[in-house]
Amino acid sequence: MSKNKSSVKEPLLRIAKRDSIEAYKAWGIRAAVLIAALIICGFIIFFITDLNPFKVYISMFKGNFGTTRRIWQLLRDMAMLLCIGLGLAPAFKMRFWNIGAEGQILAGGLATAACMIYLNSLPNYLLLIIMFVTSIIAGALWGLIPTIFKAKFNTNETLFTLMMNYVAIQLTSYFVALWENPYGSNTVGIINPATKAGWLPSVFGQQSFLNVAIVLLLTVIMYFYLKYSKQGYEISVVGESENTARYAGINVKKVIIRTMLISGAVCGLAGFLAVSGASHTISTSTAGGKGFTAIIVTWLAKFNPVVMILITFIITFLDRGAVQIASDFNLNEYVSNIITGIILFFILGSEFFINYKIIFRSKKQEVIK
Amino acid sequence: MTLSSFISLFQAAIVFGTVIMFGSIGETLTEKSGNLNLGVPGVMYLGGIAGLVSVFFYEKYTPEPNQLICVILALASSFAAAALGGLIYSFLTITLRANQNVTGLTLTIFGTGVANFLGGSLNKLAGGVGQISVPYTSDAFKFQIFGSLSSSSFGKLFLSYGWMVYLAIIIAVVMQIFLSKTRKGLNLRAVGENPATADAAGINVTKYKYSATCIGCGIVGFGGLFYVMDYIGGTWANDGSIESLGWLAVALVIFTTWKSANSIWGAYLFGLLYWMFYYIEGLTRSSQEIFKMLPYVVTILVLIIISFRKKKENQGPQSLGLSYFREER
Repeated sequence: MSKNKSSVKEPLLRIAKRDSIEAYKAWGIRAAVLIAALIICGFIIFFITDLNPFKVYISMFKGNFGTTRRIWQLLRDMAMLLCIGLGLAPAFKMRFWNIGAEGQILAGGLATAACMIYLNSLPNYLLLIIMFVTSIIAGALWGLIPTIFKAKFNTNETLFTLMMNYVAIQLTSYFVALWENPYGSNTVGIINPATKAGWLPSVFGQQSFLNVAIVLLLTVIMYFYLKYSKQGYEISVVGESENTARYAGINVKKVIIRTMLISGAVCGLAGFLAVSGASHTISTSTAGGKGFTAIIVTWLAKFNPVVMILITFIITFLDRGAVQIASDFNLNEYVSNIITGIILFFILGSEFFINYKIIFRSKKQEVIK
Repeated sequence: MTLSSFISLFQAAIVFGTVIMFGSIGETLTEKSGNLNLGVPGVMYLGGIAGLVSVFFYEKYTPEPNQLICVILALASSFAAAALGGLIYSFLTITLRANQNVTGLTLTIFGTGVANFLGGSLNKLAGGVGQISVPYTSDAFKFQIFGSLSSSSFGKLFLSYGWMVYLAIIIAVVMQIFLSKTRKGLNLRAVGENPATADAAGINVTKYKYSATCIGCGIVGFGGLFYVMDYIGGTWANDGSIESLGWLAVALVIFTTWKSANSIWGAYLFGLLYWMFYYIEGLTRSSQEIFKMLPYVVTILVLIIISFRKKKENQGPQSLGLSYFREER
């Protein structure tokens, strides 16, 4: 970078990669950007709807924390999104673009629903164990299909997993039509409403308690797996550079397949939680786009499960808040997609200022290295 | 299968195929610059809603709307809104070097939100049955330029469509020529293959990436416009169907192995596969759903085959999905 000495005119700004940045600065940038995004959303809300943005934000807050029930719904939705994000974290850390979480969730959900429908005469604890295991296997297998081709022929996994989502959605439509109840409704309806066979039991009077507890436990496990285990280390080496990994004697194919089995399994578990622990039914919207949103969660958190809790909170808060706004001010719910979209654009853009620095043309440049 | 049912299947396939043909041509242009834009569904939504909103207000406040102005207004606003979506994506991924996949998915969330929010609100505005309509514009879009020739079987098969069906074919051919025969097209492909080399050869990488992405998105937007104006006849439904069409368009890019001329038959083939269930007798409602899987399964097979055979001309651009920073080695 000896450009300064040449006689060529320096451009006004120059961009250089940062070696590192202090954590407080990075989080300062992120917080500032988040606030800026919320202010801009406020303006947009005002211009489109003529509503006072503060009232809108207060209504969002109430929608999330207004009653105990709402708080539990917030926690349940967070748990679902976090679970999928946890599933994607190892794959993305390995730079394996698993866009197929939607499909893996549906595969797990279908397996769960099938057990609930066909095995409902078993004792409940046994049924739950079988459901748990089959959903994990189903999710893992659904993730395994593209992975094998990736490992063998280097088939593009972004597009393959994306297509697998739609295969899974059609498969779900097939089973919904097969299991529909009552006939002609084109929905499966609540499964086992009377016996509650295969429903995750309520704990402390909260239907969602087990969902939240299971996902919290998983968060801790995933944190240690990625950060301190040998396998977690192998994942990050493969993610940084496959050639380095090969040189270091890591069996790359094995790591890819093993990691995607885990990723698919956790997404399958999310399907189990959605069906057995929340909706007690299955439909093509069981995954409901969360598999895509979770990619953003994982990416923004830099695969750190603890940071993921924070980001799932922001996204779920906005989502649930928007439902509240919609009912309070008679708008439609898609306002949440707009706000989420804008905020994510801002957060994505902010990463630039964390990874790069902008150097203005000045005489002091020699000092700045 | 009788002749008449074959004709109606073929017609359904062509109209369906045209939506995703626009999508895949636009996305091909974008991907040739090395940008894998997973925001296609969102962009399609933006194009569709912008066209609808603009002519809705034009028709509402003009006593006697001129159909030509309707069409131009719809096309221009649809292209502009979709290109604006592309501009957001370009700014984030090219200038700010954000991850392409994540930015694209966010664009899909954003576009879906904007379109369904506005569409839903318009439906409420329209009152009554809760469905808006833009009769003048949708009539103009459904105008069959070869309509007078479409009485024979051949005419029904090939000449009985709104003019945008033929526009899509023209754009597909022009795009193919542009990408393979013109200097600008070759430069663009160089950018997508290896931006560092293109940069060294004096090609302005940033400019090419920006324009390919924005224009590509504009073309994708036409897909949404065609869907809104012709396919569903000038109204709006918050049913998420544009989203699944958008993903099919992404699939079609792979299916055509990044050659837009292939999308002319590829898109119609997807349409045939998608609607085939309707014309096969004796299918139960559940097994119909299995048939709808076909376009996706076929795409997966193509994906596997091109990775398996490793023929150079069938691969995607080499730096697809990667952002470019000159100072990075």
